[in-house]
Amino acid sequence: MNRFILRRLLQSALVLLVMSFVIYGLIGLMPGDPLDVMVASVPGVTPEQIARLRAIYGLDQPLMLRYFHWLMAALQGDLGYSRSHSVPVLAVLAPALWTTCKLMLISFVIAVAFSFVLGITAALKPGGWLDGVISLVAFAGISVPVFWLALMMILVFAVELHWLPASGGSTVGDGSFVDQFRHMVMPVTTLALATTGGFTRFVRASMIETLRADHIRTARAKGNPPSRVVLVHALRNAMIPVLTVMALSFGSLFSGALLTETMFAQPGMGKLIYDAILSNDFNLALSGLLFATLITLLANLAADLAYAWLDPRIKL
Amino acid sequence: MSAASGIWARRWQRLRGHRAGMASLILLAVLLLFVLADFPLEALTGIDPNEADLFARFDPPSWAHPLGMDEAGRDVLLRLMVGGQVSLLVGVLATLLGGVIGIAVGVAAGFWGGRLDALLMRFTDGMIALPLLPLLIVLGAVDLTKIGFSSEFAHSGAAGFWRIVVIIALVDWTAIARLVRASTLQIRERDYIRAARAAGAGAWDIIATHILPNIATPIIVAFTLTVGRVILFESVLSFLGFGVVPPTPSWGNMLNNAQELVTTAPLLAIYPGALIFLVVMAVNFLGDGLQHAFDPRSEHQE
Repeated sequence: MNRFILRRLLQSALVLLVMSFVIYGLIGLMPGDPLDVMVASVPGVTPEQIARLRAIYGLDQPLMLRYFHWLMAALQGDLGYSRSHSVPVLAVLAPALWTTCKLMLISFVIAVAFSFVLGITAALKPGGWLDGVISLVAFAGISVPVFWLALMMILVFAVELHWLPASGGSTVGDGSFVDQFRHMVMPVTTLALATTGGFTRFVRASMIETLRADHIRTARAKGNPPSRVVLVHALRNAMIPVLTVMALSFGSLFSGALLTETMFAQPGMGKLIYDAILSNDFNLALSGLLFATLITLLANLAADLAYAWLDPRIKL
Repeated sequence: MSAASGIWARRWQRLRGHRAGMASLILLAVLLLFVLADFPLEALTGIDPNEADLFARFDPPSWAHPLGMDEAGRDVLLRLMVGGQVSLLVGVLATLLGGVIGIAVGVAAGFWGGRLDALLMRFTDGMIALPLLPLLIVLGAVDLTKIGFSSEFAHSGAAGFWRIVVIIALVDWTAIARLVRASTLQIRERDYIRAARAAGAGAWDIIATHILPNIATPIIVAFTLTVGRVILFESVLSFLGFGVVPPTPSWGNMLNNAQELVTTAPLLAIYPGALIFLVVMAVNFLGDGLQHAFDPRSEHQE
């Protein structure tokens, strides 16, 4: 058990390390340069002075060396300063991380609940009319561009009907629970709708597969009521692959959260990363991306553990 | 040859029996005709879809411009057609390019196995775990002049187009790689491949004549589904400003100003998104239909 966890932890750490190097390299390839802003605000800087500044800030060193310095500092908890917010990166990231996790988890739970109901219903009679309707809804969820769905929600519920606020995390001067809730309805619904589609397909496929298995026939033959066969005998087995795939989809859930936050101007990680890239805030973009990777890696780790826990055939 | 045409005829029969799949195929054909209609229409009317007329901003539909004018006074109908060509082309090209990467990785891992397999699959798993969109945004933001391209090329429309094809292919090959590996593993030890090996066939021979043709059907299904995903990626990236750049239209970048348009000219925000939605939906249903058609078991279910 412990060796399995340890191996998976080491693997995740390795992926994170490799990713940090890749992202570090890529961020350096974005347009602009950390000195641009500094130089732009001082007219008449000579090229020699710029070169001296580059040397002072270590920008003339080779990539590997700069990365190593950054990594050492990061390991000690120093992720640098955010240029656009003028505070340490962690001070901006922490609250955004909370907003995003809230959005992702609530949407995830809603999507899981709906997909189980829809997926099981569809699997009871594959090819029936209910299966057809549910498939149509599920495919719609998979196929809709998330940002456009968000836009249509804004158009209908904010612009036309004036039911819900179109953007922000809360109204200025009103931070009450109801107000925050009203601001979250559309982002959560958007993300949950987009996520439910794929999940429903997984549940349906896995249920159909399981309902064909021998032990289900035995359970039926023994005279178990159909609801018990489906909800107890089949569901438990069908859940194993489904839960894994769901946890593995945290990466795409994060991508969806990025879009949802950007569209509804939610102060989360996605919007933070997007704005950081647009405003050349290198430190913030780098750390934000790494945290996003970390979240998905942790979700995958959780999926592996859940898998092992649910399936007694797997010895940890 | 007759046996091969026989199986494809049977598959075609099964696809024709799949209502959603057939409806999608017809819808896709209609949409393809729609985006291609731009060529005769441009020649006939002489309207340039990239020509802006600031005095015609948000003009309502008229006989000359059936869907009206956009925020820069350009013909919306023609731009939807040209944008569709761009979006669909990106979808197909990036899928093919990513498919080549995925097939190469998958066949290598499945066929040679051992350490190579372990290494490649760990790498693939690592890729799958990543949140792709932020990664794509960073890749889309890379300054091409910093990796040795001329400034002239870096700012051309062609660079914008090829950049998005390449970066999507670079991140979206993992599903195909895993599928190809699994299929290769399944047939690697089959008798006909052992026989080929015993007869002295080289690895490349076996891969080209025995493995690839026998795993073609799941690859075709996976390709179809990938096209849908790629079109969504393209639309998102172009919408955020990291993909196909104006004046070249794409369904994604036509929504660039959509947030503002939603209040002033909602239809302009609806058309491109609805088209993306329709195409991706049709592609996904077609994939489902193909899977059904390629699955020999589905014959008995009818």
